Amino acid sequence: MTDTQPEQFTFDFFKEQPQIVAESSDELKIKLGAFAGPLDLLLYLIKQEQANIFDIPVARITDEYLKYVRLMKSLDIAVAADFLVMAATLIEIKSKMLLPRDPFAAPEEEFEDPRQELVDRLLEYEKYKSAAQMLYERTTIEQAVFPRGRIESDENNAEVDASVFDILTVFQKILARHRDEVQMEIQREEVSLADMIKALKKRIFDELELSVTAFFEEMHSKRELVTAFIAVLEIVRTEGIRLIQKKTFGDIVLKKV
Amino acid sequence: MDAVEQKQTRTPAELMAIVEALIFVSEEPITVKTLADVLEENKESIQAAIEELKKEYEDRDGGLQLREIAGGWQISTRTEYHEEVRKYLKTRPSAKLSLASLETLAVIAYKQPVTVPEILEIRGVQSASAIKTLLDKRLIVAKGRKETVGRPMMYGTSKDFLIQFGLKDLSELPSIEDFEDIAGSLQ
Repeated sequence: MTDTQPEQFTFDFFKEQPQIVAESSDELKIKLGAFAGPLDLLLYLIKQEQANIFDIPVARITDEYLKYVRLMKSLDIAVAADFLVMAATLIEIKSKMLLPRDPFAAPEEEFEDPRQELVDRLLEYEKYKSAAQMLYERTTIEQAVFPRGRIESDENNAEVDASVFDILTVFQKILARHRDEVQMEIQREEVSLADMIKALKKRIFDELELSVTAFFEEMHSKRELVTAFIAVLEIVRTEGIRLIQKKTFGDIVLKKV
Repeated sequence: MDAVEQKQTRTPAELMAIVEALIFVSEEPITVKTLADVLEENKESIQAAIEELKKEYEDRDGGLQLREIAGGWQISTRTEYHEEVRKYLKTRPSAKLSLASLETLAVIAYKQPVTVPEILEIRGVQSASAIKTLLDKRLIVAKGRKETVGRPMMYGTSKDFLIQFGLKDLSELPSIEDFEDIAGSLQ
């Protein structure tokens, strides 16, 4: 299907490049914000200056770069620290370029271009920028393909993925219930997170499906509950275990994928 | 056993028909292995039936296509008719990923499993919000931790990624080195 790609899906990423010619400052703000990062801005400037990437006129590009960073600042665009790091890198390269070569350096010793590292990074980055363009095209084509109609209702789609917020709601409910109970904590039981994760993992593997509510209910103290909650979050994040809710507002179960 | 008897009596045409029926009802792309297990046939005959079926769909030149996606097979509409289908379904193309998210996704797709600092190294910019978006959209998943200083989380692409980008598997992505030429040609 990709090779019979209809024309309306071709997309010229480079035409969509942010242009820094804008009527109003608001427009300018949006366009400046559209750079994906300092390397993106740098590539744009190099192209704008029609410079060769293997022979970057560092002084000129640095000036241009700093101009944009200042512009971003004056327009109140939060200039990410990464843009400033790049500015510092450019200035460093620029100053290195100004220094004369060490006259005492052995002539056979290869002169290392201070720009080399930056060029390598730019080339590497540009590959991924092109890959991102390819992904963009693919997803655009893919959005024109429809599989057999999926019926998104609780009855037909038994397993709705639960989010962290769903589980947080369950947790709060149980916590509230615990608060109501008059309880005296006499012994202080310390359960470490590692132990809790281990116990939880074992339960899921043994029972295949474990209700989050039931698991939280087993906890005796608020401290244990909090540990249990963190254990659930941790296990979902690291162990390939999913939170599944059979229906909206229903019970959330932990299940191994 | 019944199933064994049945297996012996299935003609290639019958098998094709049954395979088509199963692909049709499956919610997710169905794998050759699943088909083979359910039908108690060997994978080769399932594969042959699918190939034949695919050819049939192509020859017919109709509104549907049979295609391999995310390691399985799926029946879907053809791209040509997206406007009409969309009009009927009253859907719009879903929100596009931002440039930053697409770039981050590209790095993860090609470098997986990859950590946040490694992504920063290539993109030259923090990717935290892009990673959050990609996780929310289930395009990427955590793939454990890297045994290095700070034990950073590693990320990789998900099955949803393959589905949403119409890929059979990760090997279908063009090699990252191919982009070198594209990038170079822009100079």
